[in-house]
Amino acid sequence: MHAIQKILAKACGQSSVKTGEIIMAKIDFAEVNDLYPQTIYSFREMLGQRVWDKDRVAFVFDHYAPAPTIKAAQIHKEMREFVKENQLTYHFDTNAGVCHQVMPEAGLIYPGMIIAATDSHTTTHGAFGALGTGVGATDMATIMISGELWLRVPEIVEIQINGKAPQHVMPKDVILSILGSIKADGAVYKAISFTGSYVDQLDVSGRMVICNMAVEMGAKTAYMQPNDKVLEYVASRAVRQYEIQYTDDDYSYSESHIFDISNLSPQVAFPHSVDNVRSIETAGKIKVDQCLIGTCTGGRIQDIAAAAEILKGKKIAAEVRLLVVPASSEVLKECVRKGYLQELAEAGATFATPGCGPCLGAHEGILAPGEVCVTASNRNFPGRMGSTEACLYLASPATVAASALTGYLTDPGTF
Amino acid sequence: MNTFITGKVVTLGNNVDTDQIYPGRYLDIVNHREIGKHCLEGVDPAIVQNFTPGDIIAAGTNFGCGSSREHAVIALLNMGAAAVLAESFARIFFRNAVNLGLPLLVCKGISKKVENGQRIELDVKVGTVKVESTGEVIACEKIGDYAMDILNAGGIKPLIRKKMENRR
Ligand code: SF4
Repeated sequence: MHAIQKILAKACGQSSVKTGEIIMAKIDFAEVNDLYPQTIYSFREMLGQRVWDKDRVAFVFDHYAPAPTIKAAQIHKEMREFVKENQLTYHFDTNAGVCHQVMPEAGLIYPGMIIAATDSHTTTHGAFGALGTGVGATDMATIMISGELWLRVPEIVEIQINGKAPQHVMPKDVILSILGSIKADGAVYKAISFTGSYVDQLDVSGRMVICNMAVEMGAKTAYMQPNDKVLEYVASRAVRQYEIQYTDDDYSYSESHIFDISNLSPQVAFPHSVDNVRSIETAGKIKVDQCLIGTCTGGRIQDIAAAAEILKGKKIAAEVRLLVVPASSEVLKECVRKGYLQELAEAGATFATPGCGPCLGAHEGILAPGEVCVTASNRNFPGRMGSTEACLYLASPATVAASALTGYLTDPGTF
Repeated sequence: MNTFITGKVVTLGNNVDTDQIYPGRYLDIVNHREIGKHCLEGVDPAIVQNFTPGDIIAAGTNFGCGSSREHAVIALLNMGAAAVLAESFARIFFRNAVNLGLPLLVCKGISKKVENGQRIELDVKVGTVKVESTGEVIACEKIGDYAMDILNAGGIKPLIRKKMENRR
């Protein structure tokens, strides 16, 4: 069996599971973000009274942190009341950050667990050898009532990534190049198991970037076997005992895709699709208005450090806005300690509260028709960051920083 | 749920994501009727204006990809979509639709076989689409039993509510 199947088997109390089988899985942790007051409404419509386990449900306020509208403020208010009523142990208010960053930081993500959250990028937690999957509000409400979720045991696809990344090539470039080849519907309903020498040595942050974007191929979940860096990270944080699952040596994947990234160059996803990917050398001259470093894909300390290294002692181009949104308050504090905020502020950056920032077009850096943004985030669908007539280019934080300096889409290798 | 549905087709392309079905800037709206008014605005605001309740969406591949927002299904239901056909669906969208009782069928080749405005008949249970004008019958993938049970109950809410009532 694959580690993913072992996690699912354990969750439904069976010794094994078969692909395609529908199982009722016990959920280890459920997380709701502030786009989803519908979860509470559905919970009540289904006659839910108390959540099944007050230590296993968290509310995170990130998409609207801090509240940009009266409606959003009202949503926060209702959700806070629910948290209080149910005496939830974990509640991350507007001072915490993006859910996918805050959850591991708080020790709520560890190997072998199943985490369901009301956000498609819950696949991020595959970085820790956990099974993370996104659900809608009503699915979440049934979990909050019963602690269980029906799941179809998915086919598992291997994406093997080998080699050592050249300088200035970040994990974001790696996953973009894979997306360009496997395409946005390349793994719909499937689980992706990332393997290979690149993944084996990759740090926690880089693993999170790659698993985060697995959902852009349609994947139900992503998985990476925990390495020493992961174990070190969870050792000091995990709030529960955990059991790491391992894939059997004789397991055979339904499909394998093999990539070598030793000669990869920085990658960019052109509008309006995550799989419309080109190498930076072939990007042409593209003038940008806004540059965004942040979100659950590109707002970790490693991302901001990469940007600070490029921007330190320099000034961004005159007609460009550079927006930096640390993924969490922990990241923000580390940026302060390491001096990155000072360096970026001197270069001309604007900052926003840790959280989703403008990623989904709700606030804090919305685009006007005709504007162009190069962003370290994960989606460039039409209208994602504001106007449907704006253009989004997805790239690594290093590429975003380099582009802020010149005002054009720029290879970070230039600096 | 009525498993026979007839209606007029509204066609859409490939990779219609949840941001196009329901733009992020409206996510703080909680009133379902209001949500329905912005349905598919990211594709074309004219769609909702010209939509007749009971119309059936026929889309290309990967319909509903992107975020887990249930608002996408709520918007489609409140615009009056009777069902959604697509070459393929994104996983979370599929689950959300089943949970909220929006009938949907995976129908290979559908985007080439039906035209905007044509009337069609669906048999959701058997998994077929019949084009009224030509009589052509297109075979779709059958919905799994588990999902079909939920759809038949009108979504997961009535099912769980019944369970909760029995528990009392
Ligand atoms: S940062 Fe963007 S992609 Fe990540 S959870 Fe927030 S809105 Fe979603």
